[in-house]
Amino acid sequence: MSMTTEATINELATQKYKYGFTTDIEMEEFPKGLSADIVRLISAKKGEPEWLLEWRLKAYEAWLKMEEPEWARIHHPPIDYDDLYYYAAPAKAQPKSLDEVDPELLKTYEKLGIPLHERAALAGVAVDAVFDSVSVATTFRDTLAKAGVIFSPISEAVREHPELVQKYLGSVVPVGDNYFTALNSAVFSDGSFVFIPKGVRCPMELSTYFRINARNTGQFERTLIIAEEGASVSYLEGCTAPMRDENQLHAAVVELVALDEAMIKYSTVQNWYPGDADGKGGIYNFVTKRGACRGKNSKISWTQVETGSAITWKYPSCILQGDGSVGEFYSVAVTNHFQQADTGTKMIHIGKNTSSTIISKGISAGRSNNTYRGLVKIMPGASGARNFTQCDSLLIGDQCGAHTVPYIENRNASAKVEHEATTSKIAEDQLFYCRSRGLSEEDAVGLIVNGFCKDVLKELPMEFAVEAQKLLAVSLEGSVG
Amino acid sequence: MNALPTRKLEAWRYTDLRPLSALSFGAPPVAVAVPDLPELPFPRFVFLNGTLNPTLSTGFAYAKPFAAPPTFGSQPMAAINAEHVGGGINIEIPVGQDAGEALLVSQADGVTPFAYHPRHRVTLGQGAKFTLIEIDEGAGTYWQNAVFEIEVAEGAVFQHFRLQRESMEAFNTIFIHADIAAGASYEHFTLTLGAKLSRTEIEANLLGQNALAHLNAAQLLGGTQHGDFTTIIRHKAPNCPSRQTVKSVLAGRARGVFQGKIEVDQIAQKTDGYQMSQALLLSPDAEMDIKPELQIFADDVKCSHGATIGALDEEQVFYLRSRGIPEADARQILIRAFLEEALEPVTHDASKALFEEVLESWWGRQ
Amino acid sequence: MLEIKNLHARIGDAEILKGVTLTIPNGEIHAIMGPNGAGKSTLSYVLSGREGYEVTEGEALFNGENILEMEPEDRAAAGLFLAFQYPVELPGVGNANFLRTSLNAIRRKRGEDELDAVAFLKLARAAVKQLAMKEDFLKRNVNVGFSGGEKKRNEMLQMAILKPHLAILDETDSGLDIDALKIVAEGVNTLRDETFSALVITHYQRLLDYIVPDMVHVLAGGKIVRSGPASLALELEASGYAGLEAA
Repeated sequence: MSMTTEATINELATQKYKYGFTTDIEMEEFPKGLSADIVRLISAKKGEPEWLLEWRLKAYEAWLKMEEPEWARIHHPPIDYDDLYYYAAPAKAQPKSLDEVDPELLKTYEKLGIPLHERAALAGVAVDAVFDSVSVATTFRDTLAKAGVIFSPISEAVREHPELVQKYLGSVVPVGDNYFTALNSAVFSDGSFVFIPKGVRCPMELSTYFRINARNTGQFERTLIIAEEGASVSYLEGCTAPMRDENQLHAAVVELVALDEAMIKYSTVQNWYPGDADGKGGIYNFVTKRGACRGKNSKISWTQVETGSAITWKYPSCILQGDGSVGEFYSVAVTNHFQQADTGTKMIHIGKNTSSTIISKGISAGRSNNTYRGLVKIMPGASGARNFTQCDSLLIGDQCGAHTVPYIENRNASAKVEHEATTSKIAEDQLFYCRSRGLSEEDAVGLIVNGFCKDVLKELPMEFAVEAQKLLAVSLEGSVG
Repeated sequence: MNALPTRKLEAWRYTDLRPLSALSFGAPPVAVAVPDLPELPFPRFVFLNGTLNPTLSTGFAYAKPFAAPPTFGSQPMAAINAEHVGGGINIEIPVGQDAGEALLVSQADGVTPFAYHPRHRVTLGQGAKFTLIEIDEGAGTYWQNAVFEIEVAEGAVFQHFRLQRESMEAFNTIFIHADIAAGASYEHFTLTLGAKLSRTEIEANLLGQNALAHLNAAQLLGGTQHGDFTTIIRHKAPNCPSRQTVKSVLAGRARGVFQGKIEVDQIAQKTDGYQMSQALLLSPDAEMDIKPELQIFADDVKCSHGATIGALDEEQVFYLRSRGIPEADARQILIRAFLEEALEPVTHDASKALFEEVLESWWGRQ
Repeated sequence: MLEIKNLHARIGDAEILKGVTLTIPNGEIHAIMGPNGAGKSTLSYVLSGREGYEVTEGEALFNGENILEMEPEDRAAAGLFLAFQYPVELPGVGNANFLRTSLNAIRRKRGEDELDAVAFLKLARAAVKQLAMKEDFLKRNVNVGFSGGEKKRNEMLQMAILKPHLAILDETDSGLDIDALKIVAEGVNTLRDETFSALVITHYQRLLDYIVPDMVHVLAGGKIVRSGPASLALELEASGYAGLEAA
């Protein structure tokens, strides 16, 4: 590791959650609680067509009949769904261009390290900024439009590309897939829509930056990415929220569709507010992410670095329908203090010669619990399917828990499935070696943890990899000594 | 009767007991057939349709009268067993005694479906040694639902080798609970060949430092057989090793299940847990489901599991053929090598010889 | 002994061998050298009958018979032996048992009597001794836990016992130290007589210091582009393979 990175980790190791500020801005909020009327209000606010309102109402009906899932290794006091705001947005009218965006908002994103003015923006990365329930800005839209790429808030896509949205929305994650997808489908307010037409390689990285600001507000975003035949795209998302004593709910749905020979790379750095050292506050993150490799030789790759949230419940999955399609899941999940993470993936092999790779690195510290939960399922028709899974857990301290719950189901004799899992701690001699070379114990832990996660971090786009390394160090602050 | 567990219960997600609940089982008939007993020169307990047969059994110095069964919390099959329990062995090996070997044969034979629910108990005093070889076999449709209660005191060694070759129409479910004290060992091996549907479930508690559990199994299944090997090893004390090798060979439309959970309590530092599960699918319609699970609350531990499922390795087949061995022979050599490895954990010579002989004849039938 | 005529072969859509022609007379040792990706390993796999390679044109006559149509085990029985670049591990298969099974399968096909365990062990022990290997080699599982050098020695042990008429050594020297290299060379040199030929595939000249070939061929771009006496190897070592593809 270079001197500069060491210095950065040094510096960061002494920081608290640095995204915990709030933005003071006039907000428009709907009344608390959820009802068919609130669903209608949201839909009307967005000027949605009738079919989408019907879809939302059906989802709401389904949600009323469902119960929160209980199989994950997480515990929390009951969520009062009537005590939440389901819609909160900056009061000023939606800006038409960046120049019209409220300066307070621009400042907020600048503080988060996401400058929205294109001249200051990260080179080669287009950003959709979602603030509470709405998208406040999307950069580089013209550049992308020239390539034929659609990158817009999903609410706008509903208006401008209704045929695409109607065709794909809910086609990967059915409305009633689970309790949280039904809830999301009823009340989702915004999110990103990406469409890469046939044969187009998206000329730049696409990124959505999610920010929860308002108090007592649930965030329910919806992301839909479609890559047509031979298209490819790399998409990243980042998430932060203010430090607040009460828990906040985030229930997103992400759907990816890859047609023949298409490639979607989806990277997440999830850094929602994790709560304080005593377990007070933090985001409840219940997310359903699923990609369908519909076409032959298509590929969907999930990379996630999960350091935030009081509770993380997410299983980015791949349905490998197309012959020769490829699914990947690379994950680092760090839990400290009282955080709880139950995360993993599902790889469903349906097509012939499909292959999947799962690399999961879980790090538990403090009094946290960190669970890998995954399913590899080989259907009878998936001749020649291959899966390789590696799940490693690292424990720091003796008050935390690390758990591995893989399900492996093989119904095709010509398929080959390999699974390995290990649990270990940071060896004393590794720590001693680092410290005898002058590193503090925390720096040494940061260094070793980064090494442990290397196989996953290298999958991240460059700009995110550095950020993620810093995050790991910050997340583990106070875990040793 | 207590209800049979359904697939809605997480622990039963891969084993569907509906074929069992579809039948009605009567009381065991009086057995008439005289079984063909294995020629092992050990004291023996012979149960015919669940009843100890005094003529066929020999004396064993450490056998005690049948004892009233304890209950085992929420394990559903044990609860059913407790309702119907008929008999079983009750062995107590005194402190420091090397009790050698004993044989437990359970034979079943009847015209109409019947069930029996044996309850066995084996306790070893400090430093004692004992090896039990168990053979389950029979003809016709029946259900053996056994419970084994095992206590191994400090420094004692209990080897438990099971050969399950029930009738192909039979059901075999067994729940084994073992408490293992400091420095003691419980070495288990089950070879599953028989039964239409079987489940071996073991719960092993490592209660003192350096307690050891080896829970090994091999399943050779064909036709429409369903075989389930489910284990929980609870590390409740520091410095305990646990080892598991589970191998399955599946032909026809057989379905194999292995669920292996390792739990490590906060106090159980320096735990060394290793588990390997391998399955060989010999036919396109066979299915294997594996759920290896780690639940760890101590930081200074070494725990790992590995699982592979697949067909024979074609590279290996080619290597053998390039040395002149015909393809069919090459495949046979590789399958036998796979099984040979499955028997590695069996360190008791007479048992190993028995298992090898059985494998040989299983192979002959394929 | 071996006559390869205009051999074309491909893997999937990629044509790897584009017309290899080569003759190895009885009792001769020929070396094939060439850059990475020239098709050297493909040639050895095509000759020994590994799946996944499609011969599209040409033939390979081994003592007058086209071996390309034969099953791998029949090629072995005919006297062809491939020493693998990466010998496969066979967990649970004992080395002695494996060798005896192979030897007897070959003997059976040739109409010879099978060797009993005693006779076989005598033969195997002698071979082990000659190759300066430890006797526990025979008891271990085939290649399991073997070092790179041990795996190559094991290939030589198999060759010594199966006594082929034609041995193909596929980069047997890769990853070997000088002692192991000498053992491989000795393994080949002891078999050297009128009824034994060998095709030594190597990237480096080093092995050819110990196994002096009668001829050296250069394989590049799927064809033999040059042939010459043993000194050609030295020349290549000095000048490299650059420019050969165009030749």
